[in-house]
Amino acid sequence: MVQHHTYDVVIVGAGGAGMRAALESGQRTRTAVLTKLYPTRSHTGAAQGGMCAALANVEEDNWEWHTFDTVKGGDYLVDQDAAEVMAKEAIDAVLDLEKMGLPFNRTDDGRIDQRRFGGHTRNHGEAAVRRSCFAADRTGHMILQTLYQQCIKHGVEFYNEFYVLDLLTTESSGGASCSGVVAYELATGEIHVFSAKSVIFATGGFGKVFRTTSNAHTLTGDGMGIIWRKGLPLEDMEFFQFHPTGLAGLGVLLSEAARGEGGILRNSENERFMERYAPTIKDLAPRDMVARAMANEVREGRGAGPDKAYVYLDLTHLPREQIDAKLPDITEFARTYLGVEPYTEMIPVFPTAHYAMGGIPTNIKGEALSDNHTVIPGLYAAGEVACVSVHGANRLGTNSLLDINVFGRRAGVHAAEYALGTDHDELPAQPEAAVVEMVEGLRVSAGSERVAAIRQELQATMDINAQVYRTEGSLKQALSDIEGLKARYANVSVQDKGKRFNTDLLEAVELGFLLDLAEVLVVSALARNESRGGHFREDFPTRDDVNFMRHTMAYRTPASEGGGYDIRLDYKPVVETRYKPMERKY
Amino acid sequence: MAAGTTTMDVTVKILRYNPEVSEEATWETYQVTAEPTDRVLDALHKIKWDLDGTLTFRRSCAHGVCGSDAMRINGKNRLACKTLLKDVNPSQPITVEPIKGLPVLKDLVVDMEPFFAAYRSVMPFLVTTGNAPTRERLQSPEERARFDDTTKCILCAACTTSCPVYWSDGQYFGPQAIVGAHRFIFDSRDEGTDQRLEVLNDREGVWRCRTTFNCTEACPRGIEVTRAIQEVKRALIFRR
Repeated sequence: MVQHHTYDVVIVGAGGAGMRAALESGQRTRTAVLTKLYPTRSHTGAAQGGMCAALANVEEDNWEWHTFDTVKGGDYLVDQDAAEVMAKEAIDAVLDLEKMGLPFNRTDDGRIDQRRFGGHTRNHGEAAVRRSCFAADRTGHMILQTLYQQCIKHGVEFYNEFYVLDLLTTESSGGASCSGVVAYELATGEIHVFSAKSVIFATGGFGKVFRTTSNAHTLTGDGMGIIWRKGLPLEDMEFFQFHPTGLAGLGVLLSEAARGEGGILRNSENERFMERYAPTIKDLAPRDMVARAMANEVREGRGAGPDKAYVYLDLTHLPREQIDAKLPDITEFARTYLGVEPYTEMIPVFPTAHYAMGGIPTNIKGEALSDNHTVIPGLYAAGEVACVSVHGANRLGTNSLLDINVFGRRAGVHAAEYALGTDHDELPAQPEAAVVEMVEGLRVSAGSERVAAIRQELQATMDINAQVYRTEGSLKQALSDIEGLKARYANVSVQDKGKRFNTDLLEAVELGFLLDLAEVLVVSALARNESRGGHFREDFPTRDDVNFMRHTMAYRTPASEGGGYDIRLDYKPVVETRYKPMERKY
Repeated sequence: MAAGTTTMDVTVKILRYNPEVSEEATWETYQVTAEPTDRVLDALHKIKWDLDGTLTFRRSCAHGVCGSDAMRINGKNRLACKTLLKDVNPSQPITVEPIKGLPVLKDLVVDMEPFFAAYRSVMPFLVTTGNAPTRERLQSPEERARFDDTTKCILCAACTTSCPVYWSDGQYFGPQAIVGAHRFIFDSRDEGTDQRLEVLNDREGVWRCRTTFNCTEACPRGIEVTRAIQEVKRALIFRR
């Protein structure tokens, strides 16, 4: 049985971007939010350190400095018009959250407190600036809870544990426009067709292509995967951020706020090695630089531990009261998972796959694009799933919580406006057919391959071959591994054949998206013969602005011969307004 | 990673239920090889991924912040991702059951809707009147600290489903809803306290608490839940 629903706006995903969008569109139009989890389970809640805005509550600051830092931090691949919008609107975004009730830490005079964060500087790089607004080391948790509370207040309609698996588009003389989505209800196995004038994708990232990651098990790139399979482009997928301080061996995130509060990275010789890599701001250099420095220390034999496989995050010189007040959660993670007492012991850390800078290309209204310029009417994306691009080749810490609030709000406003001025498109015939075929195909498959085995091998090859350091050889190895795994995936089966809460089936679907996205990442990375931000090619170790000051646009196109498809790469110019590219030194 | 990476064989006994197969819940026993520092969630994943794909449970972040995987482990409510095997006596079979007091849908998955309905009923959002200021509302660090403990809640339901009153009384809205209300009642910016206290003053409200402290022990975030409930009771007595 297929159930049909009709809304003005459908939002896919209920993390920070999805709920921020819902607060806007829900008050203007009939809006539904579909999430494969419950809203408060979303990974926004795992963000820790803060949300930057030039409030200047504790020292001089302004949004232009924030814009510059964002552009420079992104290694000049940032679209500067978008970065300017984000930095300007950051101030209201923070104040809006405060008015919604978010419990920010406070200064002695009762204003929102601010602290230092990697890559955020005063006056174009002079020194670190206190720009991050925070609630201890659980800022993301507070944002997620506050937005959910506001959704309750405003009666936002949620469909929990509804897994969206397809985007519906309707062809007309003016080209394709968005007309709805198809979802699989986890509790019952039923298929639901949602007809909508606007659809906002806010499904987050795909960190689970890597083994060592700070990402939740559920971050499998579903939104990007759906878009990709529709033949729509994905932008800058080679740029993946590795956060410097994951708990060694586990990948659990330890906020950059630890270094913002004064924490220091040390190698096995107890040396503060960041002094060599970034003499001015040291441990507070942007994440890509710190992650590479850490990996390099380990490669050159200065790693700590029995296998010399990690470095240390040292908080032992910080007053205990400061640790308890500002970093309570991350120190508890160290105690719980590694049995390390951060008051007195240094914490083993190593880079962990953290954030996709790339994603669904959008403009600054959150409208999704079908090429370098063309808007797909009715389709929007915001948050990690999107690429505006405000993060360029490397996102600065705190700018993701900012991104979801600024561009989540914008997507919600514009999706509602569009919906109010248009009618529902007629849905294609049998809109659910593709989803039914995929789901039932997996359910009844008698194949011999297991989901977990393929996923583990994918994650292993991505960690070895497409992580902090990449070469043509390593990427070709990854690509060949992925091709092999995709062939095996065609023969995958699930053990749970039931309809009710079939998470076995869900994981099989998710793996399909992971394989597709890993392939796009690697193909995009292979073509970028330079090093920029989070993408570092040992065979091309410098930035090449002549050939590569441009965004990658990847498309899935039908293969020229036989079945299957090819990946076609195209490029898009970077929007430059105020800042000429310079060498990135800190 | 941590010292002592000696693998061990662990027996996990899980209360299984799938009404598509049978109306009766049954215990199933699995053997897995694991590190002492592995989480219970890791053991469940090994079972699901390598032994029995039909085992069904919720999880997401895997480090204790999303609240998906509250379950009864050796008879106590815990998050599977925050409980290390070495801490639950792995030399004996480890029992895993769904949290109690909410309808079981399949294996360790329960119907969360009654729980979220209780949360929604206490007006868990900032209530203010008049025009908002241009900048932020001011709040001193002391005022901010007053409700810090209850802002940590991740809505995992470990507290509510450990409460004997909640198990036996279909109407009581349980500890979490009171925690959710506490977070706003003691927020100096909030002006909705009277309305909120009226909800909590209901016969099935805060007065049903029997101070058994199960909720405080169950909270994976270390919130002093029973204390928060007592503070709400006191507010009800002294504010009128």
